[in-house]
Amino acid sequence: MAESPGRLSTGYGAGPLHLVVTVGGLAVAGWVALRLAGEPNAGRILVWFVGAAIAHDLVLFPLYAGTDAGLRRLLRATTATPAPGRVRILNHIRVPALAAGLTFLVYLPGILGLGKVTYQAATGQHRRQLLGDWLVLVAVLFAASGLAYAVRAARRTRRRT
Amino acid sequence: MARPPIHWRSDRRPTITGRDPTLAGRGTSREATAFPRRLWRALERHPPPGALAIGRRWRSPLRGPWLTSVFGLVLLIGLPLVIITGLLDYAAYGPQFGQALPRNVGWLRLPPFEWPTRPAWLFRVSQGLHVILGIVLIPVVLAKLWSVIPKLFAWPPARSAAQLLERLSLLLLVGGILFQIATGLLNTQYAYLFGFDFYTAHYFGAWVFTAAFVTHVALKLPRMISALRSRPFRTEFRRGAAVTGPEPPDPDGLVAPRPGPATVSRRGALTLVGGLSLLLGGLTVGQTMDGPLRRTALLMPRGRQPGTGPNGFPVNRSAAAAGVTEERTGPGWRLTLTAAGRTVTLDRQQLLALPQHTATLPIACVEGWSTSQTWTGVRLRDLAALAGAGQPASALVRSLERTGLFNQAQLQSNQILDRDSLLALKVNGTDLALDHGYPARIIVPALPGVHCTKWVATIDFRDTAGG
Repeated sequence: MAESPGRLSTGYGAGPLHLVVTVGGLAVAGWVALRLAGEPNAGRILVWFVGAAIAHDLVLFPLYAGTDAGLRRLLRATTATPAPGRVRILNHIRVPALAAGLTFLVYLPGILGLGKVTYQAATGQHRRQLLGDWLVLVAVLFAASGLAYAVRAARRTRRRT
Repeated sequence: MARPPIHWRSDRRPTITGRDPTLAGRGTSREATAFPRRLWRALERHPPPGALAIGRRWRSPLRGPWLTSVFGLVLLIGLPLVIITGLLDYAAYGPQFGQALPRNVGWLRLPPFEWPTRPAWLFRVSQGLHVILGIVLIPVVLAKLWSVIPKLFAWPPARSAAQLLERLSLLLLVGGILFQIATGLLNTQYAYLFGFDFYTAHYFGAWVFTAAFVTHVALKLPRMISALRSRPFRTEFRRGAAVTGPEPPDPDGLVAPRPGPATVSRRGALTLVGGLSLLLGGLTVGQTMDGPLRRTALLMPRGRQPGTGPNGFPVNRSAAAAGVTEERTGPGWRLTLTAAGRTVTLDRQQLLALPQHTATLPIACVEGWSTSQTWTGVRLRDLAALAGAGQPASALVRSLERTGLFNQAQLQSNQILDRDSLLALKVNGTDLALDHGYPARIIVPALPGVHCTKWVATIDFRDTAGG
């Protein structure tokens, strides 16, 4: 990278290496875009590509961040430390809830039983909806977290008395 | 602990005058000095309604270069493995025969090489790793995105052409990884909701992502290293939520300007992300196992054992889906071998009368699932000799299946001549089930499952490797 900002650096806003690296990366994407332009459903690929970023940034993130903010308000967990002698329940809800949300997203086709025809052709079996299995998993996660909370709370009480 | 308790409520603000020497050349200078200066200044002075309010709303004291760099480091180690195993997967399909999908990839591929047959678990491990690691890294990717999300909403989006180009490449980076995750997950679960060709999209999506990833690493690696050095990992791991405060304000704008109190420590956050990765790994790895452990892939299609007994292992493409019926595989079935003008026809009894060889070999699929079974049948090299082809350069195997992407596969010389390469007639001591390829199927060490052609009708041994 340039030791003293030359004309390129001042005008462009970064050193020449920055320009080479970014343009190089974008060139690969450009080549791929040209290669895919003739594919059937090229438009759909583009929609899914850009849509994935938008869905994360403008749907998934606000959704989970908003849910978390709501949960904190509900539990009045707005201070760093809980009231003395108390164990805060916030993270005991957050953790299993996050695990539930994540497993739901990752294993969504199985949980909702999507793609029945391709599933049957590939595996030779009927697709069974796994919603029940997932709910059991979620229940186990919440139960384990609740148990950990109960143990911590009991210990804290014993320590106080 | 020798260190004094950390007093984190710092009033220090970085003094950024002109170009910070540590940031030179990285497109992160705060002042709009780049060309055209008026444009960047105007952009900065005219934020859309609400843009600045969003900037003030970031509260988490955990966000900062250190945390982002920890996630970055994990991805820097993990993602190249996913990329390489993905490219190996492509190479395993025999691109030299035009049978790796997508077909026309230009220079976007590994240099050509002959896919080996040894170790026999090569494809099982490389593809299993590709899928499992890809899934295990999902929580890390999401956590990394969470840690940098304030930058997405920062105003102005760019202060120079350099930053604009970097933004664009970040869109490819984020869109790329999420696209790869989404298409990969849907493919492993047989739900083709996207309505485009999976191979084409996932292969080229990978290249767009890889290019953006290389760009990102090249630009951010020094920043990651300095951020990781800014707070020793060990110290950070001893700190509970009560003493967790924000990192010092950073020029990248990751640290919240008005952070709230910590409800979880950095140790807690990292443990949570690691725990979620372990959970996903634990719910996926079972698809590579045999026996009762397969059931642990609770929510994956291949977590189910389709039955009991010698043929009770997972099927890839059922006979019904392939249009292969019992009348075509019955006593009238013949295997036709051809080589240099010679034709040899054998029925199943004649094949059973030939020297039989037994080998325990895995079947592994592109969706990352695999199973290991004990196969018995005639060595492919014996069949080649029978047809009068001593050292064939390749062999084209055709199935009874008339349509379908994988109704034929070309084998390399080493895949024909390996001592364990079989035209299998039996599995685990009994006849193959129709769904497993009765009357005869190919099984070759380290060959992708779909190229282990089922319901074999003809094998053409060739002197040339050409397609």
